[in-house]
Amino acid sequence: MRRTVGALLRKELLVELRTLESVPGMSLFAVTTFVVFHFALQRSSVDGDLAAGILWVTLLFAAILGINRLFVADADQGGFDGFLLAPVERTALLVAKALALLAYLVALEIVAVPAFALLLLGPSLGQAMPQLLGVLALGDLGIAAIGTLVAALAVRTRARDLLGPLLALPLLVPIVIGGARATSPLLTLGHAGDPPTRWLLTLGLYDLVFGLIAYALFDFLLED
Amino acid sequence: MAAVQVEGLSRHYGEREALDGVSLSLLQGQTLVVFGPNGAGKTTLLRVLATLLRPHAGEVRVLGARLPGEAWAVRGRIGLLGHEPLLYRELTARENLRFHARLHDVAAGRVEELLARVRLEHRADEPLRSLSRGMVQRVAVARAVLHDPELLLLDEPRSNLDPAAVELVDPLIGSASGRTRVICSHDPGGGLAEADVVLGLRDGRPALLRAAGELRAEEIVELYR
Repeated sequence: MRRTVGALLRKELLVELRTLESVPGMSLFAVTTFVVFHFALQRSSVDGDLAAGILWVTLLFAAILGINRLFVADADQGGFDGFLLAPVERTALLVAKALALLAYLVALEIVAVPAFALLLLGPSLGQAMPQLLGVLALGDLGIAAIGTLVAALAVRTRARDLLGPLLALPLLVPIVIGGARATSPLLTLGHAGDPPTRWLLTLGLYDLVFGLIAYALFDFLLED
Repeated sequence: MAAVQVEGLSRHYGEREALDGVSLSLLQGQTLVVFGPNGAGKTTLLRVLATLLRPHAGEVRVLGARLPGEAWAVRGRIGLLGHEPLLYRELTARENLRFHARLHDVAAGRVEELLARVRLEHRADEPLRSLSRGMVQRVAVARAVLHDPELLLLDEPRSNLDPAAVELVDPLIGSASGRTRVICSHDPGGGLAEADVVLGLRDGRPALLRAAGELRAEEIVELYR
């Protein structure tokens, strides 16, 4: 299984490196959204709940762009059939795609978080950065699990560009809520405290539940 | 022993019957050539035999495994060459073949051997999108036989190939390969020449099933009228 996941992930990252279809689009979308917020709110800086909300909503919509592209090359170029003909565990594709999406999200955040700090955020991120990265990682795991599941479901339909976001958004809302609540104290002037444990646990539990659901359902999604 | 045994196979897409009551038997090492006009169900039959589509009725056995329940047992023993090359356009020929080699647990040396056999070593590091359709088809042939499959499922395998390329790929997918083959063809003369058994399909139903030696090309042409 590890060998198969390695082969699939390597292929996935190679295709992204050659086409640059996901990460640049996601990053550009996030930066543009921060600029729009900057002017629309008519404020030079934000903090606390508002800052956390803006950050997570922007990351969510940017992630949707990546989720929508996740299986397109496989569906359009016969990659699904090539994979299904091989004597390998189907779950390897789920793991590889989720890891690829996770990598895209990390790349997105490497661009988006500094851009957010520069364009909108009032308080300095320095002290809160390690905890912020922890909360982002918890959110990313959930987005990767749900995103991969939804993308696999949507990609074989005719309305995949519409169905993907329609299915993903309601499922990802709890991650945005948990992520924003956990992040809010970190983005408050004077650093109001640590992320609330109950929201971290909520995020962790949500990740676990959807990881298991994706594991249980993925084989059926690949079947005819 | 029968490599492929099909009894009363039916498969539909929504309301439309793509295959209806198809039966056939093919011994190991034999070649079945399937003829029929566009939309007759040839590709659907190949995809069912490749385990990519579930039969909706009837019994299908491939290499001794009953489909769809035992499909896992034959994956990796089937080579499929369809209309789509099942290759990524942004990857090079070598990267594509290495990717499939890893999925099938095949040594990297086999990739180099096949690149040489389809004479693409010199273009092997160019993205597939920059190759001609004939070259992509040669890579697809290499992909289909990479894992040395017992059963080859070929959908118009020589399309896009010039005569020199046909000579290159024939040892891999032709009768000389010694493999059991199911071939979809629109070429009555050429198809009949390499067939042991001929199946004719019309609107998903079997219109003809006979040993190739008992058939004339004109009878196949009749299928298209």
